[in-house]
Amino acid sequence: MDDASRQAYWRSNLRLMAVLLTIWALVSFGAGIVFVEPLNEIVIAGFPLGFWFSQQGSIITFVVLIAVYVWRMDKLDAEYGVDEYEQEVHHP
Amino acid sequence: MSDIQLWTLIFAIITFSVYIYIAYASRVSDTSGFYVAGGGIPAPANGAAIAADWMSAASFISLAGIVGLAYNGYAGGVFLMGWTGGYVLLALLLAPYLRKFGKYTLPDFVGDRYNETARFVAVLAAIVVSFVYVAGQMAGVGLVFTRFLNVGTTTGVIIGMAIVFFYAVLGGMKGITWTQVAQYSVLIVAYLIPAVAVSAKVTGVPLPQIGFGKILEELNGLQADFGLAEYSGAFTQISMPNMVLITAALMFGTAGLPHVIVRFYTAKSVRAARYSALWAIFFIALLYTTAPSVAAFTKLQIMKDLNGTTLADAPGWFNTWSDVGLITTASGAPVSELGSSSFGYTDVMINNDIIVLASPEIGGLPAPIVGLVAAGALAAALSTASGLLLVISSSVANDVYYKKINPQASESQQLMVGRIAMACAILVAGYLGINPPGFVAQVVALAFGLAAASFFPILVLGIFWKKTTAAGAATGMIVGLSLTFAYMLWTLPIYGGSEGLFSIPPTGIGTIGMLINFAVTIAVSQFTKKPSQQMQDLVEEIRYPGRTTLVAQHQAGDL
Repeated sequence: MDDASRQAYWRSNLRLMAVLLTIWALVSFGAGIVFVEPLNEIVIAGFPLGFWFSQQGSIITFVVLIAVYVWRMDKLDAEYGVDEYEQEVHHP
Repeated sequence: MSDIQLWTLIFAIITFSVYIYIAYASRVSDTSGFYVAGGGIPAPANGAAIAADWMSAASFISLAGIVGLAYNGYAGGVFLMGWTGGYVLLALLLAPYLRKFGKYTLPDFVGDRYNETARFVAVLAAIVVSFVYVAGQMAGVGLVFTRFLNVGTTTGVIIGMAIVFFYAVLGGMKGITWTQVAQYSVLIVAYLIPAVAVSAKVTGVPLPQIGFGKILEELNGLQADFGLAEYSGAFTQISMPNMVLITAALMFGTAGLPHVIVRFYTAKSVRAARYSALWAIFFIALLYTTAPSVAAFTKLQIMKDLNGTTLADAPGWFNTWSDVGLITTASGAPVSELGSSSFGYTDVMINNDIIVLASPEIGGLPAPIVGLVAAGALAAALSTASGLLLVISSSVANDVYYKKINPQASESQQLMVGRIAMACAILVAGYLGINPPGFVAQVVALAFGLAAASFFPILVLGIFWKKTTAAGAATGMIVGLSLTFAYMLWTLPIYGGSEGLFSIPPTGIGTIGMLINFAVTIAVSQFTKKPSQQMQDLVEEIRYPGRTTLVAQHQAGDL
């Protein structure tokens, strides 16, 4: 990779991270804690929504966030031609 | 021998034989295999190993009880979110880059990126954190043996030590990893089967995560009858700011724990490190979304069973667990003091640990299931213990012996030191398991705060900010660690017992320590000598997957 494409690759990575970490914080600290009381007014399938986020919803979101990260990074790697995984860094 | 004991014995023997066979089949003969399994573990297996490593006796045995009983539902969310949310940070901020850097241990990264002082602090912190943890695991093994097989704690711990000794000393990280894959399978099956059965029985829905919603209203109603706060009500136990602080301390601490981070070095490549994180969070989520459901079902069942009952007509599980002193009166006296009067849920104290162990019995499931749950608890304790022992052994053999004492050591000498260190660590861990110091339980919960305040900031800055200096990192780590530690001593009931500042609990202070560490590291880095151009280029290179010159040279030891 030349310098320009390195910078572009890194910027895309940072942008993806910023989006995913914002969702991470909004779901756990936001829906699960700070906004739990208004959300608890909404009840779905027996769950007050805020309570559900703090017990299960945020965990499920974490799985999805990492899945999206892995998928987007695979695409990014392919785009910049750094996807020759098997000849990669090996331990000495 | 009762049916339950017989089945526990059968499951314990079968699973232990499997672990020993796997260990024999994957024995190693070089340091790379011993420390990081040759960096050749496929992602799903590595993910399962991370999950088994991560989910300790505490997750398996105590989590549901902590959420349901001790923290009355909603407040237990700090543990559910805190112990899973850290994986998002690990996956996005640390795992791929540390894997690209590609050494053996966490102190390796700290030492190479910064300097020898920082390496020393990291080695010390890694060893202390791991020992504190491992003592709890060995005690957990003893606990399961005592309760299910009626052997003494000492015998139980010694059996556990012998098993771990066999596969960890022989197979190193490779043996440990493949055994952990088997242990994960045992523990998740053992956790899910009773949960599904109880959910189907209580709610008619076999998926515990959905069935949970069906009983919430009834549970809230029963809680009100007993004069307890709503199970799903917010901030009845912990205030909003403290919920945020504690959750954050557990999340950032997870992302700074040495035995979790070292796991990403065992992945095949940067891409495999990312996938390992994905598999790990998936495998962990299976248990962590089931735990709150188990907590609610069991609490509901307990409240129904103990509602104006008397000792004479108390259910079987009540007698089983009060006989061993895990159910007492609300003031801690033996339940016999209740006499012939009728009592309810709030008149007795039920130990958190029995929720999962007793849930098959409370739900009326047959003896084989109870035996399976016991085997699952053993798997959870042994897998975490072995992962921690490897961190201790590799820190001693690689970071102290090879890097400090004898840099000329041959491969076989290093391996020998690693194996001896492992054997000694197992002995110490066993001793701590048989004679647990009173502070262990307190310190395990606090280890996360300490990890958050020491490691997390300097790892993230070390990767994302090329100009972080060695002096900045060392100062940040020392200030963050010592302030957090001092505050804990000041506020912990067994030491200072003070109210603290702004009523921040000792479990939440790690978040503040972490912010201070970030601030100090950034501030000091402005005024101290910048890292060499070569180091800055190296940090730049770990951002991109694939083979790059500087990283390759660094790994070959040519820099």
